[in-house]
Amino acid sequence: MAVKLKFFAMLKGLIGREEAELEIPGEISMAELKTIIKREYPVLADLIDKRGVLVSVNQEFAGNEMTIKDGDEVAFLPPFSGG
Amino acid sequence: MAGLVRIQSEDFSVEEEVKRIKTVSKEVGGVVSFLGTARNISKGEKIVSLEFEHYPVMAEKKLDEIRKRALDNFNIIEMGIVHRVGRLDIGENIVLIVAAARHRNDAFMACEWAIAELKRVVPIWKKETTGKGEVWVEEHP
Repeated sequence: MAVKLKFFAMLKGLIGREEAELEIPGEISMAELKTIIKREYPVLADLIDKRGVLVSVNQEFAGNEMTIKDGDEVAFLPPFSGG
Repeated sequence: MAGLVRIQSEDFSVEEEVKRIKTVSKEVGGVVSFLGTARNISKGEKIVSLEFEHYPVMAEKKLDEIRKRALDNFNIIEMGIVHRVGRLDIGENIVLIVAAARHRNDAFMACEWAIAELKRVVPIWKKETTGKGEVWVEEHP
C-alpha cells in the first residue's frame, strides 16, 4: 500500500520536492502517518508538531483520527497567506 | 463564460466582475467589492515581486464553499471570488470579492467575512521577493 504525499510552499522548499510516494503498512491513522513522515523527513518534524501545519486527505482537511488508505493523497499545508 | 469563483494566473477586470455579479438579479440594490493588491512594503522591507502558489482542486473547492456559505449565512443574492496565482508585480491585482445584496449592509458583512475566511481556509501561499531574498509569508493580518 502507498500514499501520495504533497508538500507546498516552505515545506516544498525544505525537502526539495513537491510530491513523494510513501509505502504504508496497511490502513493507518493520520497520527501514525505523521510519525512515519517525521522519521522519513526529519526536517519537517518540528513544523508538523509545532507550527500549525494543516493536513488534508484527498483535498479535504483531516484530523489525527482520520484513517489513511491505499492511494490517498495526503498534503501538508503550511499556514495560508492568500488574499 | 468564466465561472463566478476562479483561480487564474491572468489579470481580471474589476468592472467586468462587478457587472457580472450586479446583473444576476434586478433585486440587487447594493454591491460591495474588496480588491486586494500587491503592495511594495512588508515588515519594512521593499518588495520586488510576489508569487502565489495554490493547491489545485482543493483551493478551488474551498473558494466555492466560501461562496456557498456566504449565500447560506448572509442575506445576499450573489457572490463572486477571483484569486490570481503565479508571479505578480507591485500594484497588480491579487484577489477580488464581490457581494451583491438587496441592501448594502448585508453585502458589506458578507464581503468582509469572505475575505477573512479566504485567508483562513484556502490553501494559497504568498512568497515575497525582497532585496534580502525570497520568503514564504506565514501570517495573514
